[in-house]
Amino acid sequence: MFGKPVFLITDVLIIGLVFVIFAFFMYAMRKPHLRKPWRQVVRSKAGVISMIVLLLYISIGILDSMHFHPKIKNSSADSESQYSGEIQSIFDQIVVEIRNSTEKTYSAPFAAYLFAKETVQLEDGTKIREYPRLSWGGVHLDNPEQEKSADILNLAVTGIVKAFVVWLVLIVMLCLILSVRANKSFSTVIKNIVSGESDVPWRTISITLAVMLAVLLVGAEWATKYHVLGTDKVGEDVLYQALKSIRTGVVIGTLTTLLMLPFAITLGIMAGYFRGWIDDVIQYLYTTLNSIPGVLLIAAAVLMLNVYMGKHAEEFVSLTQRADLRLLFLCLILGLTSWTGLCRLLRAETLKLREVDFVQAASAFGVGPTQTIFRHILPNMMHIVLITIVLDFSGLVLAEAVLSYINIGVDPTMNSWGNMINSARLEMAREPIVWWSLAASLFFMFTMVLFANLFADVVRDALDPRIAKQ
Amino acid sequence: MIAYIIRRILYAIPILVGVNVLTFLLFFVVNSPDDMARMFLGQKHVTEEQIEDWKAERGYHQPLFYNVEKQGAEKLTKTIFYTKSVRLFVFDFGRSDSGRDISFDISKRMWPSLAIAVPQLIVGLLVTISLALLIAFFRGTYIDYWAVVICVALMSISSLFYIIGGQFIMGKILRVVPISGFEDGVFGIKFLILPVLIGIVGGIGSSTRWYRAIFLEEINKDYVRTARAKGISEQMVLFKHVLRNAMIPILTGVVVILPLLFMGSLITESFFGIPGLGSYTIDAINRQDFSIVRSMVFLGAVLYIIGLLLTDISYTVVDPRVRLN
Repeated sequence: MFGKPVFLITDVLIIGLVFVIFAFFMYAMRKPHLRKPWRQVVRSKAGVISMIVLLLYISIGILDSMHFHPKIKNSSADSESQYSGEIQSIFDQIVVEIRNSTEKTYSAPFAAYLFAKETVQLEDGTKIREYPRLSWGGVHLDNPEQEKSADILNLAVTGIVKAFVVWLVLIVMLCLILSVRANKSFSTVIKNIVSGESDVPWRTISITLAVMLAVLLVGAEWATKYHVLGTDKVGEDVLYQALKSIRTGVVIGTLTTLLMLPFAITLGIMAGYFRGWIDDVIQYLYTTLNSIPGVLLIAAAVLMLNVYMGKHAEEFVSLTQRADLRLLFLCLILGLTSWTGLCRLLRAETLKLREVDFVQAASAFGVGPTQTIFRHILPNMMHIVLITIVLDFSGLVLAEAVLSYINIGVDPTMNSWGNMINSARLEMAREPIVWWSLAASLFFMFTMVLFANLFADVVRDALDPRIAKQ
Repeated sequence: MIAYIIRRILYAIPILVGVNVLTFLLFFVVNSPDDMARMFLGQKHVTEEQIEDWKAERGYHQPLFYNVEKQGAEKLTKTIFYTKSVRLFVFDFGRSDSGRDISFDISKRMWPSLAIAVPQLIVGLLVTISLALLIAFFRGTYIDYWAVVICVALMSISSLFYIIGGQFIMGKILRVVPISGFEDGVFGIKFLILPVLIGIVGGIGSSTRWYRAIFLEEINKDYVRTARAKGISEQMVLFKHVLRNAMIPILTGVVVILPLLFMGSLITESFFGIPGLGSYTIDAINRQDFSIVRSMVFLGAVLYIIGLLLTDISYTVVDPRVRLN
């Protein structure tokens, strides 16, 4: 297709995770007691809005997790294809235009001129200092001062029209499906949606979709001609960096919890179920780990990783693979500092559950501990696990930025919001200030974390039996 | 009570031993002192002698656990484990990799950290508790709903943004307070205003939401309903009954972090150039000074355990229902 596929470790894990979630979804759809809380999530407005936005972020993250070595063009057809050593993702192919649109240095959002003056030689040999034109941004304009605002507006209108068409098609399809399924006439379905009288808040969903499509397509329209969010110090497009950072955020937010789950679940249940010395040992283990301040443990571990990587430099084939390993390690170490909370919760829940009648009955019938745990205890605390996964996500994304700022986060070569902020903070002291890099990373991070938080609240309300009862 | 405290302190010892062994493994076994020396001196063109000198200067030249060459007790004491890890128990942190006395640095640097952390904690608590109580008063209304949404939005903003934005607005546009720096004495207050303020604003979202949840849980209890049934006004109910009982989880939650205030905040201190323990740690991380990081890990663990102990004690003080056993 594009070239030779490469499977980075985090790619495999994240795509595996998608499959697991999909499998769980299919399984849960068939069980009424599992379907009920999720139905509640889908019926709340905040739930559907945040779900749609998060789905967009996560799909970008997944597209960015499919890597390959691109084929080198011009290789003769009959000979073996040549592959470049560079690793790209499918997402890179989609946004190839802004990926390759580097300038010399800073340029403001929608600028047609560079941010810094340069000495330019005119045709008659005289030299003047002026702002040179960009090599890519707004290069189609002859006279940017006059044409630019009209052109931007033009592109925006085109984008909105496109978005509207796509949206209309989607909505008509949706109404058709709904009318067939509910066996109502097409017009009643539309009337129900417009008046907001449906179980699932379709009106909210369609408005969210419309806004999202408009933002996406107008942005895409602009991005083909301008640097929508400007360029950074080395002239790389800021929008491209911010979009690439989504994957890092998604990976850290999900894989960290995923990697620590086996430990937390096994140890938590064992401590609660077997009690006695096993409980003592496990409690000792997590109190010890918990008493080391998290940041310091992470710092110490990353310092050690640096030493290790310095010593074994030859083992890492490419920079991308090295950065990927470091990302995985960061997830592991973040998981190591965060599993104790879940472990404690699960231990307490197991202590409660093992005294409950149906578990007592199971052991009275002679069911062994392994089977009791898998049959009766584990399924009854999946809600705690799910709530933890969703609740931890936003905190981890924020933590990545802070850790990268103190240089113990992801690899400096990797695109991440933390790295963007880190390299942008000195730009605030420039005169005039360069604000776009910082603003872009903070905005993208804020939207993802905000909707993750809102989603987590809805999920918790739906899954937590204590809250659900009230 | 005293017997309980003594027992808890005895419990703390194995945990500290665990922390100690863990950090020792992390710093000396996963990577040998040779690796550290090479890292510190630069990867290339390092002779064996240079490495030996570097190690000898810092006391890393001894064997890890057991010194065969020495006699008697010195077989155990002349080792890295004894000199670097066991000595931590008497708070002898030794010298940093760049040769400074760590204990002295810590004793000097904890005061600026406290100067930021203590006002931030006290004012922050007052502000967030009042806000949460106000929201709880309007529970179930649109004010409540939007207040929670705003809280969620505030906690979704990266702490880095609060600092960068705050520095930009207060220091660069309004020019009211200096952007960063530190000074001892009364005149130093102008340097403290901005970090304290930003710390409070940054924490408003999550703490207000949390305290609101605590208040709401308390509001639904039977004794509050009884109080209302007796005809006590809503304000009196909130202040006399709900606030008082909700203070138990709030205060005990604060007690845990009290000892850790000494450690300061890594990010705030490095952004504002405050010579506290937080920026000390950051500098150590950036300079790859393993001795300092190791000492701070141990110190942090000790302070955390003290915090846990204080929490348990404070439960009995504020809540007479809790009995120690």
